[in-house]
Amino acid sequence: MSNIEIKDMYFSYTENEPVLNGINLTLDSRTTAIIGQNGAGKTTFVKLLKGLLKPTHGQIFWDGKDISQMTVAQLAKYIGLVFQNPNDQIFKGKVIDEVMFGPINIGMSQEDALDHARKALSIVGLAGTEDENPYDMGLSDRKMIAIASILAMDTDVVIFDEPTIAQDYKAKEKIKQIIRQLKSDGKMVLTIIHDMDFVAECFERTIVFAKGNVLLDGPTAEVFAQKEKLTQAYLEPPHVTQLCNRLGYQQTFLTVEDFVAYVKRTLKK
Amino acid sequence: MAKIVVEHLKYRYPLTDELALKDISFTIEPGEFIGIIGENNAGKSTLCQALVGIIPNFYKGAYGGKVFIDDLEVAKHSISEVCRKVGIVFQNPFNQVTGSKLTVYEEIAFGLENMGLSRTEMMERIDYSLKLLDIYQYKDRNPFDLSGGQMQRMAIASIIAMRPEVIILDEPTSQLDPQGSEEVFRAVQSLSQEGISILMVEHKMEKIAAYSDRVMLLKDGKMVAFDTPQKVFSLENLEQYGVNAPAFTRICKKLGIKNQKNGCYPVTLEEAEGAINLLKNGGIADE
Repeated sequence: MSNIEIKDMYFSYTENEPVLNGINLTLDSRTTAIIGQNGAGKTTFVKLLKGLLKPTHGQIFWDGKDISQMTVAQLAKYIGLVFQNPNDQIFKGKVIDEVMFGPINIGMSQEDALDHARKALSIVGLAGTEDENPYDMGLSDRKMIAIASILAMDTDVVIFDEPTIAQDYKAKEKIKQIIRQLKSDGKMVLTIIHDMDFVAECFERTIVFAKGNVLLDGPTAEVFAQKEKLTQAYLEPPHVTQLCNRLGYQQTFLTVEDFVAYVKRTLKK
Repeated sequence: MAKIVVEHLKYRYPLTDELALKDISFTIEPGEFIGIIGENNAGKSTLCQALVGIIPNFYKGAYGGKVFIDDLEVAKHSISEVCRKVGIVFQNPFNQVTGSKLTVYEEIAFGLENMGLSRTEMMERIDYSLKLLDIYQYKDRNPFDLSGGQMQRMAIASIIAMRPEVIILDEPTSQLDPQGSEEVFRAVQSLSQEGISILMVEHKMEKIAAYSDRVMLLKDGKMVAFDTPQKVFSLENLEQYGVNAPAFTRICKKLGIKNQKNGCYPVTLEEAEGAINLLKNGGIADE
């Protein structure tokens, strides 16, 4: 199992406006959510991991190897990033060409690429759309094409930048399944996300970014128990947890099911 | 008098076979806050675009029925006329940026310049809307250097500055952090209290439940419900329409707690808190 170690990493786009202020983190096999205020540095952070940006100070180690020595093209085999805005990612006129582009460019044969692309499209629920133009499809479908394009590359690390934008309930459930499947396939999954209920239901570890620093890092239930710090980071606990807080419960429940089971137990007493 | 009247609206995109909107009719009063919900491809964004005349004036296609804002029939007027009355915040803020302006400040000015406002009036409105959306500090940045969330705030600010009588928002908080999202809902609510009619497409059901006067549920291009949040989220077959009720409603459904007065399930944090406390007290009394 691979890991990514980030040591004392700083980054800024313009001088005197630091975006990341000395990040120290080790990312491992736990499914991890990155949450935080707009402009906290979340997207910048994952672009650094993918090598699209270079740290102004500090290092990133991929299985002990300093990635500053690797090109973006070399890293692409190992780290896949699904962009926040699919329009930044999609540029082909046919869905199948789009999804095959990544696999072919990391050295897969035409046959394998086609096979991977077909599988990926069926995972995201878009089998049968191979010959359509992505720009004739709605935003929710284009987000799914962007996901399929990365899944088809079969990278060890998969990073999602706000995958649930424009997605309805069923699509969110599908994205949860995809994340769980990637985890069981031994992939490292990182996700930037603003949907706290989704985080509560899907991620083992949660990291809170605030103003370029890591404010909280731990098992998701522990992070969501820190009400004051979450407020400080412009976040809020999941809805179920909010209800626990209102009712004065000591425990932090993350899902509707756990909450309902608890209430039923206490009522029986 | 109703602000928006939609009569038997039907629409089909060019080169497609199926209607995207199938005979939709409704009326909306001034100052109403309407939540529009439904699964992907239910027709939510299409309806938004029909309300501002982008459909059929820009997208073409087959169009039937009528959409009125006051007495102005949108299909029969140019987008530039309609946009003085109705503003739309697009689902993807990147699509809203003009690309012709180099700063956030000028970007907000774009709509106002085209309305022919005076310089002082423009500056007043720009400052107000930048501060309302908490992006005043980025006023000199290039719009394309903003983060996704900041760009979404800019898109909302650019419409609010135009002070339309109706504002359509297509998932306006999808890229905002939770507190930012709450702030936008509050800002939009205060606009509706000033008499501006609001229609908002949103997947955040807890927010829709807390802020909407009425909720419109779409499925396959048809309007299947248009009622109070309590009534819509209490529909027994809600999941068949691809919609998950607010977490608070799901909890109360599982616990079998209904509001005694209206026979509906609680939909907001406060309602659920009250209902569960009542249940607990009832439990204690039984002992």
